Amino acid sequence: MAMRALVGCKRVIDYAVKVRVKPDKTGVVIDGVKHSMNPFDEIAVEEAVRMKEKKLVSEIVAVSCGPAQCQETLRTAMAMGADKAIHVEIPAKEFELVQPIHIAKILAKLATDVKADVVILGKQAIDDDCNQTAQMTAAFLDWPQAVFAAKIEKDGDSLAVTREIDGGTETIKVNVPAVISADLRLNEPRYATLPNIMKAKKKPMEKKTAKDLGVDLTPRIQVISVEDPPVREAGQKVDDVDQLITKLKGLGRI
Amino acid sequence: MSGRHFLTRRGIALLEFSSASVRKTSPVPFKTFTANVRGLTISRDYSSTSTVDVELTSIRYKNHVQRGNFSTLQPDDVSFFREKLGQHRVVTEQSDLAGYNVDWLRIVRGSGTVVLKPKTTEEISIILKYCNERNLAVCPQAGNTSLVGGSVPVFDEVILSTSLMDSVLSFDEWSGVLVCEPGCILEKLNDYLLERDFIMPLDLGAKGSCQIGGNVSTNAGGLRLLRYGSLHSTVLGCEAVLADGTVLDLMSTMKKDNTGYDLKHLFIGAEGTLGIITKLAMQCPSKPNAINLAFIGLNSFDKVLTTFKRAKSDLGEILSSCEYIDAASMECVTGNLSLKLPIAQSPFYMVIETSGSFGEHDEEKLNNFLEEIMTENIVSDGTIASGSTQVKDLWALRERMAEALLKDGYCYKYDLSIPLTVFDELVQDMRTQLGEGAKRVCGYGHLGDSNIHLNITSETFDKSLHNKIEPFVYEWVAKHNGSISAEHGVGFKKRDYLHYSKPNEAIGIMREIKNLLDPKGILNPYKVLPDTSSSLKL
Repeated sequence: MAMRALVGCKRVIDYAVKVRVKPDKTGVVIDGVKHSMNPFDEIAVEEAVRMKEKKLVSEIVAVSCGPAQCQETLRTAMAMGADKAIHVEIPAKEFELVQPIHIAKILAKLATDVKADVVILGKQAIDDDCNQTAQMTAAFLDWPQAVFAAKIEKDGDSLAVTREIDGGTETIKVNVPAVISADLRLNEPRYATLPNIMKAKKKPMEKKTAKDLGVDLTPRIQVISVEDPPVREAGQKVDDVDQLITKLKGLGRI
Repeated sequence: MSGRHFLTRRGIALLEFSSASVRKTSPVPFKTFTANVRGLTISRDYSSTSTVDVELTSIRYKNHVQRGNFSTLQPDDVSFFREKLGQHRVVTEQSDLAGYNVDWLRIVRGSGTVVLKPKTTEEISIILKYCNERNLAVCPQAGNTSLVGGSVPVFDEVILSTSLMDSVLSFDEWSGVLVCEPGCILEKLNDYLLERDFIMPLDLGAKGSCQIGGNVSTNAGGLRLLRYGSLHSTVLGCEAVLADGTVLDLMSTMKKDNTGYDLKHLFIGAEGTLGIITKLAMQCPSKPNAINLAFIGLNSFDKVLTTFKRAKSDLGEILSSCEYIDAASMECVTGNLSLKLPIAQSPFYMVIETSGSFGEHDEEKLNNFLEEIMTENIVSDGTIASGSTQVKDLWALRERMAEALLKDGYCYKYDLSIPLTVFDELVQDMRTQLGEGAKRVCGYGHLGDSNIHLNITSETFDKSLHNKIEPFVYEWVAKHNGSISAEHGVGFKKRDYLHYSKPNEAIGIMREIKNLLDPKGILNPYKVLPDTSSSLKL
């Protein structure tokens, strides 16, 4: 089949970090906080590498948008098996207001530029939980989309993608080029081993800006305030059902 | 839905309905239960707490321990306890007692008939005063995670559990001093501190079950000792109840207090034989901003030593853990617990953890270090944890070792301090000594502390194998001027071997201190100090 895959990797706050709201309520604390590759994107990279091992894919291009530290994320992707990387540099301050629609435009342009046959993304990022980028990218490219992929297989010249849906799974046949988003059960990402980490240092990494790609990053949203969720109230114990009903009535619940 | 909490590899496992990861509370053997529910096959592994499989200590070791001249528990005694603690905090039901009478390793079983669960220092004082007057032996029990048979009765001692004393009394976010009760579970304390940007100064595989009172009584070491020091330095003060009920207040939250003999150190490591700890004040370190973990494979033990030396110089102040694992141990933990080995199979492995205040700086240091030792062929393969999920998964390969060994059957566990350079020599010598009789002989441990955990396993307890191991292993250690118990303590299993690591004069003074603080010897008898009439042959 020999496709070229474009894989998106977002650098996000590590899932185990306790996220704190900044005192001025404009956002969350990012400085000095541990970041790592979005777990769903790790799964996307892993899938691309497995497809390469199965000879469905011949070249993997990893892309990440954001500040300079995204290069570490890209090095991890290359250590896992990506052949080259593209860093779309967006300064941290600007990046805070970047939305999936901007990223989707960037990815669509890159997919065209590198002549990708398949774009594989994680289904959502664990910081914003948007679950929009893959769908929007497909729309901009006017390509078919197979989101929440749990399995990807070759089906003649097309792909058979098994998707996670509310009732269970569904398998669809997707013509390439296509956009796929990776769900949890697609695979278990490999560890990047030292020899590969060292090889990754020599793999090519290109730097671009949104402007180079003709994408306007003007914010379309304004953050009014970021607050902690309300503190969970303590439960109350009641002695019997009558008391329960009285209490619920008192709270206006029944 | 936020996918956050499902994103661990364990999260994937949960989705596939496989068995949940087991903490150190489930004894073997494991059985699998499979059911078909609405077309989905659900498979659960559960453990059967079959404690009757474990031979009574009083039978297995009848040739070298005899019940002391203590009174036997009478109905009046139980009534007294019930009057003071209430109906529910005095356990006498046979089926409930089972778990308290057997240790986690399943190497000893007592026949205690009552478990007391006090909630306050006053209650413990009343209990001990009474037991002292009645000449009833008492076995203090915290998390029951002792690896030397120290936490369960040998005969019919009254079991005194600290499990209900699990409150944090105070925490000073400026000084990092934690004041808490002895029954607090280590992991819960760590979670409490993490929320306030601090951590416990110690960490061990049993953290989900072990209690801080037990940790301090055993002077537990663990995975962070290399960086944060021993409990003798991190415990600032304690309160203990003596055998006659006297409450000894040695509580202090001061870092520096040179006013007389520092008695608290007697209780740290006394394993409940000098007093029961009822309060603790501990100095806790700040939570590191960045933790990085490298997992590497090496072809020879010499390379392990070289790597350790290089790690100390190249990683210096950020090094927080340095563990080694041999091939036999790794085979055990990956095979018995179905864990994934992240790198190529090697004769030796090392887990190196760094903790620092600036992540990027630490990562650069670690990456440079690894690249150098890789280029110089000291290391054959390795990986660095890319995120916290991988940190947890890689640590599991070391932390769950004891659990994995237990699945082999019966585990003969030796926690020894010997010179680093001879770690592997000991394992090889033991293999030669035991030949076919052992199922597995393996070594792993705190390289950074010169503390090896030598483990031998067999299907079931084998007396002749036991005799081939002991005293051979202790003599080997004595030849190298090492310790027969680096951190696990003496408990029941090692009390007759103290002379291999301590001169008789020292043991003599220990005995005098014991007699001073517990003249009737009711606190945790048959443990720590050798029997005066002892001679050991199984």
